[in-house]
Amino acid sequence: MIDEPRIHDYGDGANVHKKVSLEFGDMGEGFKEADLIREDILFYEGNTHLPMEQHAAVAHFDADHKLTLWSATQTPHYVHRALAKTLELPASHIRVIATPNGGGFGGKSDPFNHEIIVSKLSMMTGRPVKVTLTREEVFYCHRGRHPVLMKIRTGVKKDGAITAMDFQSFLDGGAYGSYGVASTFYTGALQTVTYNVPRYKFRGLRAFTNKPPCGPKRGHGTPQPRFALEVHLDKIAEELKLDPAEMRLKHLVQPFSVTANYLRIGSMGLGKCIEKVVEGSEWKKKFSNWDRENRKLPEGKGVGLACSSYICGAGLPIYWNNMPHSGVQLRLDRQGGVCVQCGSTDIGQGSDSILAYIVAEILGIDPFDIRVITADTDLTPVDLGSYSSRVTLMTGNAAIQAAERARELLTMAVAEKLSVPIENLSFADRRVFDVENPETGVTFAEAVVLAESKFGTIGTVGSYTPPRSPGRYKGAGVGPSPAYSYSAAVAEVDVDASTGIVTVERIWIGHDIGQSINPALVMGQVEGSVYMGLGEALMEEMTYRANRNVVHKFPSLLEYKSPTTLEMCDVVTYLIEDRDPNGPFGAKEVGQGPLLPVMPAIANAVYDAVGVRIDEVPITPEKVLTALRDKAKGREARFGPKRVPDVEWPQPLKVLTPAEGGDGKEMPRVAVHS
Amino acid sequence: MSGRKQKAHIKLTLNGEPAEVAFAPHKTLLEVLREDLGLMGTKHGCELGECGTCAVLVDGRSILSCLMLGLDAEGREVETIEGMATAEGLHPLQETFADLGAAQCGYCTPGFLLVAKELLKTNAEPSRDEIKEALSGNLCRCTGYLKIYEAVELAAAKMRGEEAEAVKETIYGYE
Repeated sequence: MIDEPRIHDYGDGANVHKKVSLEFGDMGEGFKEADLIREDILFYEGNTHLPMEQHAAVAHFDADHKLTLWSATQTPHYVHRALAKTLELPASHIRVIATPNGGGFGGKSDPFNHEIIVSKLSMMTGRPVKVTLTREEVFYCHRGRHPVLMKIRTGVKKDGAITAMDFQSFLDGGAYGSYGVASTFYTGALQTVTYNVPRYKFRGLRAFTNKPPCGPKRGHGTPQPRFALEVHLDKIAEELKLDPAEMRLKHLVQPFSVTANYLRIGSMGLGKCIEKVVEGSEWKKKFSNWDRENRKLPEGKGVGLACSSYICGAGLPIYWNNMPHSGVQLRLDRQGGVCVQCGSTDIGQGSDSILAYIVAEILGIDPFDIRVITADTDLTPVDLGSYSSRVTLMTGNAAIQAAERARELLTMAVAEKLSVPIENLSFADRRVFDVENPETGVTFAEAVVLAESKFGTIGTVGSYTPPRSPGRYKGAGVGPSPAYSYSAAVAEVDVDASTGIVTVERIWIGHDIGQSINPALVMGQVEGSVYMGLGEALMEEMTYRANRNVVHKFPSLLEYKSPTTLEMCDVVTYLIEDRDPNGPFGAKEVGQGPLLPVMPAIANAVYDAVGVRIDEVPITPEKVLTALRDKAKGREARFGPKRVPDVEWPQPLKVLTPAEGGDGKEMPRVAVHS
Repeated sequence: MSGRKQKAHIKLTLNGEPAEVAFAPHKTLLEVLREDLGLMGTKHGCELGECGTCAVLVDGRSILSCLMLGLDAEGREVETIEGMATAEGLHPLQETFADLGAAQCGYCTPGFLLVAKELLKTNAEPSRDEIKEALSGNLCRCTGYLKIYEAVELAAAKMRGEEAEAVKETIYGYE
């Protein structure tokens, strides 16, 4: 074999960044049990984060030879590490401050060239140096949604029970790696956490191409396979003549179970989410029930349903270590002030305020009494950053631990002063008091004075490390999470058969949040996710000039179409509160999960409306018209890819499922004799 | 140009107060506001007139400050987000935006607030469609716009003197 030239000095060869092949359980047996085997090929076009704020960074290498970098980043800790490595400065001489982000959505998660450039230039000149990217440069920095081509093959029983699923994904990675290895695994990880999939096979490949690099965008690697899976299930439901909502409800993953690929499920509120959106949307009165002759809605109008799940924090950090993922430091001053310090980074989701609510709840004071300092590597303990929907769960648990340790010190001091048993003391309304005799108590500020007199300066810390995953095979690091959020959506659309224009009139969405810490913030994340999903479903795409394909066709906010107020649909939101034992007060994520069901729900609704399958997002008018014309000519009523590349996959790494008595480890590889 | 850097000098009314500023004459109003007047509440999103992020009010009308030369502000009344709150407190729009979560990352918010203020000045009781139309030149990537509409409606009701409160479903979702 001739050595092919390699694009990068990392990766699995030539232009291949990563090639994965995993097999959980006896696939042959699974497909043998099936009454129906269906195969579909779908494509998800790449799109970008488009935060309103362009990236910017300022560095100052001071006279004391210490470097400070202010940057619009979601991950100051990872930037800190990258700077120490590239500048060859001791990390202790570098301070990274994440400025309040004007939107991130994953696009400010990579350490960027400009962050290193301003730092180096400041070291060379001794002056502050600033770089602000233009909008065009932000398009080229990208790190957005991967274009992914997917092939899905599923065996089902007559009632829709899945017997085996075989999933292949092909990711167009663009020019660099970014978090592409994780992206590749994520296109195959979460197919198993919504419905029972007893046997599962995943093969994924990420290729380098001459385009802006792809990376993590809201949902990181999971919206593409979720789109494929939910459209595929809709087609299966049609073949089996089953109601797609009922079919899904019947085969939900059990709460507190372990999936075929060893993901540990906690609380699971998907059933309630489906019931809510089915009821709220009057699904039964609208859905055609696969009968195009006796439709309930007029031709051109339709409804579609889809479900999804997302992680509440990645189980592993991006570099191997045994330390906590999140740390919180609490300082109580003798006048009753409380300061919370944490490395977490607010990108508009409200993570700073979450720290205040949680500490206030435990210390019985008001969130307004608390000062929050975040995202400064000199002042705050490490938190890995704002990605993977990890912040509320991980910083929240760390904050609980720190606050409980402070409360313990205060309790001991107050109990001694009031001669009240420790277990009788309660914290509420800025007081510490005897629950049996509420008049007996001290103010919170007095409690701090008592504790400081007894123990010295009061400061506590808390930290959080996710539980160990049961998966022990190579590749088991992507997918595990302390908890999974769940969402279900129904979309109602109007399709103009003469123009192909799809108008989404309303989306009903149910989201299993575990427990809302601040419902207004939760609602904002749900609606924002639906909005971003709407853009991905109908119009957003990274496209390049055919003749000079490194050049973006329209790197501007005007011509890269995103929904304005005129395209945004109505949203009816249901919050399902099914507390998860691993979440702070039972809370799960909401920043990314509610985006996932939107695209497939719209695609399924388009089919219900006009009887054509658009197996590719964005669902543009051209694609709808092409499919409608094909249908009129008696051709396949479908727009979408027809084949996937021929790839020489490696021998799959085989893992026995828990049901087969597996222990989470891969089986020894058997030598292949030819 | 013989290499002499001659600065332009203008007088204007800025957030209700007389102001004077000197700046390089090629600068846009956005740059003059941020760099020469130190008012960084006005944000830049594209500097091409595409996103509405840098909107300010000039003589009461919303304009994109990235498309207007600073020189053209001579003698005019410019209002930026810094002028929206008064000694009496926040503008009702600022209050409802905060209460309903109509701002998330906050970057587009100054533009939305000023355009909404302009709308309510000419239309005390705008319909949902009129609000959408008025705000259609401003992009927001966080909120999905819904909370923004609701905040404008609630502020409009308050400004009309009605005893209005946020709809429960806005904060808690549907039962």
